[in-house]
Amino acid sequence: MRPTVSDKPQTSDSRFPQRGLNPQRTVLDNGVTLLVKQTTTTPAVAINLAMRAGSACDPAGAEGTTWLLSRVIDRGTANRSAAEIAEELDSRGITLNITVTRHLFSLVCTCLAEDFEPVLSLLGDIVMSPVLPEPEIATRKGEVVTAIRQDEDNPAVRASETLMALLYPDGHPYGRRTKGSIEIVEALTRADLQRQHAARFAPGELTAVLVGDVDRTRAKEMAARVFGGWRTPPPSSTPLPPVRPATVRRRVVIPMMNKSQADIAYGFTTITRRDPDYYAFWLMNNVFGQYALGGRLGDNIRERQGMAYYVSSALDANVAEGPLVVRAGVSPANVDRAVASIDEEVTSLFAGGATQKELDDSRRYLIGSIPRALETNAAIANFLQTEEFFELGLDYDARLPDLLGAVTLDEVNAAARRALDPDRATVVIAGPYEDKQGG
Amino acid sequence: MRATTLDNGLKVLIQEEHTAPLASVWCWYKVGSKDERPGLTGVSHWVEHMNFKGTENIPRDQVKGIIEQYGGSWNGYTWIDQTTYLETATRDALDRMLFIESERMARCLYHPDDCESERTVIISELQGGENDPDQFLDQELTATAFKAHPYRHPTIGWLPDLQSMTRDDLYGYYRRYYVPNNATLVIVGDVDTDEALKRVERHFGAIQPGPEPERIRTIEPEQTGERRLRIQKPGTTTYLKVAYHAPSATDPQFVPLLVLDAVLTGAKGLNLWSSFRLPPPQRSARLYRALVERGLASSVSGSLLPTAQPFLYTLSATATDGTPALAVGEAMFEELDRVRRDGISEAELVKAKSQLRARLVFDNDSVTNIAHQLGYFETIASADLFTALSARIAAATVEEAGAAAEAVFRPSNRTLGWFEPLEIRSAKSEVRSLKSEV
Repeated sequence: MRPTVSDKPQTSDSRFPQRGLNPQRTVLDNGVTLLVKQTTTTPAVAINLAMRAGSACDPAGAEGTTWLLSRVIDRGTANRSAAEIAEELDSRGITLNITVTRHLFSLVCTCLAEDFEPVLSLLGDIVMSPVLPEPEIATRKGEVVTAIRQDEDNPAVRASETLMALLYPDGHPYGRRTKGSIEIVEALTRADLQRQHAARFAPGELTAVLVGDVDRTRAKEMAARVFGGWRTPPPSSTPLPPVRPATVRRRVVIPMMNKSQADIAYGFTTITRRDPDYYAFWLMNNVFGQYALGGRLGDNIRERQGMAYYVSSALDANVAEGPLVVRAGVSPANVDRAVASIDEEVTSLFAGGATQKELDDSRRYLIGSIPRALETNAAIANFLQTEEFFELGLDYDARLPDLLGAVTLDEVNAAARRALDPDRATVVIAGPYEDKQGG
Repeated sequence: MRATTLDNGLKVLIQEEHTAPLASVWCWYKVGSKDERPGLTGVSHWVEHMNFKGTENIPRDQVKGIIEQYGGSWNGYTWIDQTTYLETATRDALDRMLFIESERMARCLYHPDDCESERTVIISELQGGENDPDQFLDQELTATAFKAHPYRHPTIGWLPDLQSMTRDDLYGYYRRYYVPNNATLVIVGDVDTDEALKRVERHFGAIQPGPEPERIRTIEPEQTGERRLRIQKPGTTTYLKVAYHAPSATDPQFVPLLVLDAVLTGAKGLNLWSSFRLPPPQRSARLYRALVERGLASSVSGSLLPTAQPFLYTLSATATDGTPALAVGEAMFEELDRVRRDGISEAELVKAKSQLRARLVFDNDSVTNIAHQLGYFETIASADLFTALSARIAAATVEEAGAAAEAVFRPSNRTLGWFEPLEIRSAKSEVRSLKSEV
């Protein structure tokens, strides 16, 4: 007897009605946006503060300023020394994660529900009143320089950063290294960091998302108490330069002969997150390099040819036209074959399109994965930040199945034709490999 | 949580969690790289890879899609004591998940072509790991710290073994260890225990038990003097690691050492699947202050994982650009000598306990993570060890921590290793623009 492997999943569930996350959104008088979602899964609260002050705001010629600021911002405030902050966090078992993306400067942590009020108050102090002490700047610079040196010896980082620099040339913020260069970092001063903080951190740029075992009203009152009195002028706008899609194929080899494996980064510029075709691109990319273990790319390069431990593609539609990047790690002997196989899959999707079954499979997977993606407080908080940043609406999680459901095969195939073209691909290879193609 | 054992020896742990319409299934086997004999290193992990390649009732091309249609994720991993497979999806996928795991236990195919194509995938995984000097150092350090116990070789295996192993080696190993009496099935989520148990019985009940798998009985002899290892390779950064032989998870000194680790480098969770995603709170930890705050290292971390037999407590540091490895090592030893001499304070104990308590909460935030912990502990000792952990941590004393420091941080019990980067003679990168190319 062969059991069926294609039972139709049941999606309706009376105990978990499709009522969505329903976060409560409030904007304080000074412009701070609050999003609160109460859950009782664990006795903990996820706090996610995102300031629209990412690395895209770095002054020209001073890339890395925001990154260094992120390393120092929590090392002393007008009210607390670095040691006091350390003690407040450590004694509660809290790791404060400060991240910098192109557009956001985020402070993220999870605390026990009982610690919510003091922790939010501490985070507010860090965001609004950092003192950026000189000795701390010196120590953190040493860490950043070491991290840049590590990146220089990392084929995956070298391949990705070089690809981004080629896709976004001429100083476009998406093409710059978030950490900057050793020379720039070493030259940065306390005044530079203070100026960056003063220029970019403002209540109207902040979204505070609070998810967890905390009463909605109490959370809102607490956030209003922490941030309500903050007054600073809004920052100037930082328009992004236009993105120009590649018109020719480019290939760069970064020989790193001390390494065992080569990393390939292969990509294109695509669309903005607000583009109406976003959902078609999302599904197209899922078919191409995500579904199960790396979509079509995984089937070809890992499953059929056994060439790589990892191969997949990622779509990062953003404020500007973000990249679609294929990444693979392969043995040096297989680099040429792997690039040819990526070309083959790009060509096949570009010219032949996806099948209706592939689209249905990917769609069913993405819709079905929503409850899993929204299981933990931290994941919900992150989702709500994205929702807010791209103005997707408070009911976005509930609408998402329909948005994905409405995409047609023609739209997916049009997305493939728009995004993928081997003659316009930018290919970077970093690792124990030297170009034999006569370059 | 309900624990049951089927007639064929399969242990089943079911815990209802009705917080989301999800279920997580993990199937654990008591087999890992510690069960591998010379010449077959890496076989457990390779077998894990083969067990995703189709079974008698799941054709090769239909493996993909079964769980995805429920929006689910699946994966697996192999480490020194265990091999495990998981699926997490909407709860209506429970039957499919159990079907997949029952097939995996008894009916995998091991087609020779698949074995060959996976050989190169695994070698690629090994080479990817070697690209990272920190990981390379860790592997070499472990091999130096152990001279007899099979914990000495890396789970990925040694390259020559991966090049020479045959399909029959893989299949034979699979048949020996993948028997119900060597496995634990864990189900956590929005399920009904009785109904889930019936489904388990239906899918697994007919699988025949096998002979009790043979085990390697080697006990690592006590280390009698410090060992040192220096790796010189082209690179940019200096890494340093110190490994001490450490107690197993069931040893009364395990929890006191966990407390010491929190004092030295900040508390980690104990979830091998998720804890590494959240770095420890360590700003006020002793080694962070001694190394990072003094500018000697850009990072420091400690690793104490629950294992079936005595493994290692490893401290790792990345030296800041220009700082020699041994300057970092000396500062580290100074702190370790101090904790060994003077123990920890009551205030440090209190802080370590709150950190560990918080981490246990944070690490149990999803059905996947809860199921992982039950199965992981059952495989290395017993699930009860996991449920008793909070109480053991709460009961730890400064005296116990002091005694653990005294016992573990003996210079003769340590292996010091460092990666010294040699200058890279770099070739220039080449940029070419082509209209088209072959």
